[in-house]
Amino acid sequence: MSARITRDDVVHVAKLARLELDDARIETFTAQLAAVLEHASDVGALDLAGVPPTSHPYPLVNVLRADEVGATLPSHEALAGAPQAESGRFRVPTILGEAP
Amino acid sequence: MSAVDAGGADTAVRIAAAVRAGERSAVDVLDAHLARIDTGEADVHAFNLVMVDAARAAAAAVDARVAAGEDPGSLAGVPIALKDNLCTRGVATTCSSKILEGWVPPYDAAVVERVWASGGVPVGKTNLDEFAMGSSTENSAFGPTRNPHDLTKVPGGSSGGSAAAVAAGFAALSLGSDTGGSIRQPAALCGVVGVKPTYGLVSRYGLIAFASSLDQIGPFATTVADAAVLLEAIAGHDPADATSIPRAVPRIVDHLDDGVDGLRVGVVTELMGDGINPDVRGRVREAADALAESGAKVEEVSVPAVMFGLSAYYLIAPAEASSNLARFDGVRYGLRIDAPTTNEMMVASRTAGFGDEVKRRIMLGTYALSAGYYDAFYGQAQKVRTLICRDFDAAYERFDVLLAPTSPTTAFDVGAIADPLAMYMNDVCTIPSNLAGHPAMSVPFGTGSDGLPVGVQVLAPALGEVAMFQTAAAVEAAALTVREARS
Repeated sequence: MSARITRDDVVHVAKLARLELDDARIETFTAQLAAVLEHASDVGALDLAGVPPTSHPYPLVNVLRADEVGATLPSHEALAGAPQAESGRFRVPTILGEAP
Repeated sequence: MSAVDAGGADTAVRIAAAVRAGERSAVDVLDAHLARIDTGEADVHAFNLVMVDAARAAAAAVDARVAAGEDPGSLAGVPIALKDNLCTRGVATTCSSKILEGWVPPYDAAVVERVWASGGVPVGKTNLDEFAMGSSTENSAFGPTRNPHDLTKVPGGSSGGSAAAVAAGFAALSLGSDTGGSIRQPAALCGVVGVKPTYGLVSRYGLIAFASSLDQIGPFATTVADAAVLLEAIAGHDPADATSIPRAVPRIVDHLDDGVDGLRVGVVTELMGDGINPDVRGRVREAADALAESGAKVEEVSVPAVMFGLSAYYLIAPAEASSNLARFDGVRYGLRIDAPTTNEMMVASRTAGFGDEVKRRIMLGTYALSAGYYDAFYGQAQKVRTLICRDFDAAYERFDVLLAPTSPTTAFDVGAIADPLAMYMNDVCTIPSNLAGHPAMSVPFGTGSDGLPVGVQVLAPALGEVAMFQTAAAVEAAALTVREARS
């Protein structure tokens, strides 16, 4: 299969997943993820050309319903679990001006 | 060996019959279960929360309906424990994670509504491996659950709290969720019945998602008949779950005593190999022999692709999890760690809120989906999923049901397995059914030489619940016969 997962890969993936890992965890995770991916190399070695992928146990079709207003959650209940809310909205710290 | 005894606990079928007939009050039934919780819960830690007041109110309401001449339903007065990844309106739901600590859902999961509608009495929210990721219930932010048969052992997982609650007599029934074996494996290790229904038979609305194409809610019970009653109560089409099957629920309870005469039973060769403890293999062979004596046609059958199930699962499930768990970012619910910018706040909240196993799976899934690796890992795993479906289809042309171990071993010591990959191996016999979307259930069948329970797994094709339960009932009857003969 592919090359063994590296420390740099783990650091990159943590950034994508919005997780911060200390050095000790980066070391441990690199070894543990490498072991799991090594085990998964048995599927990597299979010749599966021409086999279609299965993303779901049953063929999914669009499920449609009539466009009618039904029971909905009042906004104050939807906001009740939020760490911060204001004027009927979820409040977060600065977004504009952030580095991406 | 220190254990917690469920002595005196009654079956759900008997409780509901007595409550409906006005012979027993739901409040008395509840009090008997709460008394066992008082005695044993400190040792077992099956619950994140015992809903004493809500349960008393629900039980009193059931009694009032019986007194008024109404029928509360098939679960009348039956105490039921709920895995703590099922949303309960007004009652904290944590997924045993710090990231959801204190969150109170504004709605009930569909299965919770159906339990209420059938007269069931929810007694509490049970412990689990954080976000249902684990096979021992040791990955809980609130500490491990212990196996009621031996408190030094794990109950299995991830629905370990639900399995232990039924095994200890804290509840007559419970609900869990099964993504790769999270109902069946703890059922086996705790000596109770556990069912993963056909994907789509039970609504997932209000189940906090782990891997959406694999997750399914199902019952734990002390008997096959009890499990059937709970499954019938929660099954059925729900417009709120787009993957819910729009068909009538098969009538399982009516066919439990139909027997297995002429039924074709295949024992899965690939799941009876050296990786499975000899005691466990022995019990599966005894169960197969018992079915043959009852008139079933039993043969070995090869389902080659199941050998690749574990690898495919540990690419697909983490991939789906990495996407599903992106929603826990400190914005709409749960934990927020303050930081100057939104991105820093999200990183800090997720880092503080998730435990190591959840982080590992998010990382694994993110990697498997990332540019350059997608085809080699996720794409390849999805093709293997096709192979598993094809091999099962071929087997079910010749057999009505299949038989296999549920777990490779009996319950292991708390703290014994530290290596993640070694822990994942616990799911080797259960994962294939999730990948195919098929039903499967674990039935207790004797013990290993360590005296701990062994589970025999009955597998069936999609919507094959009736034949699966018939077989399970026969396995259960044979297990009782064997036990009486030995005692």
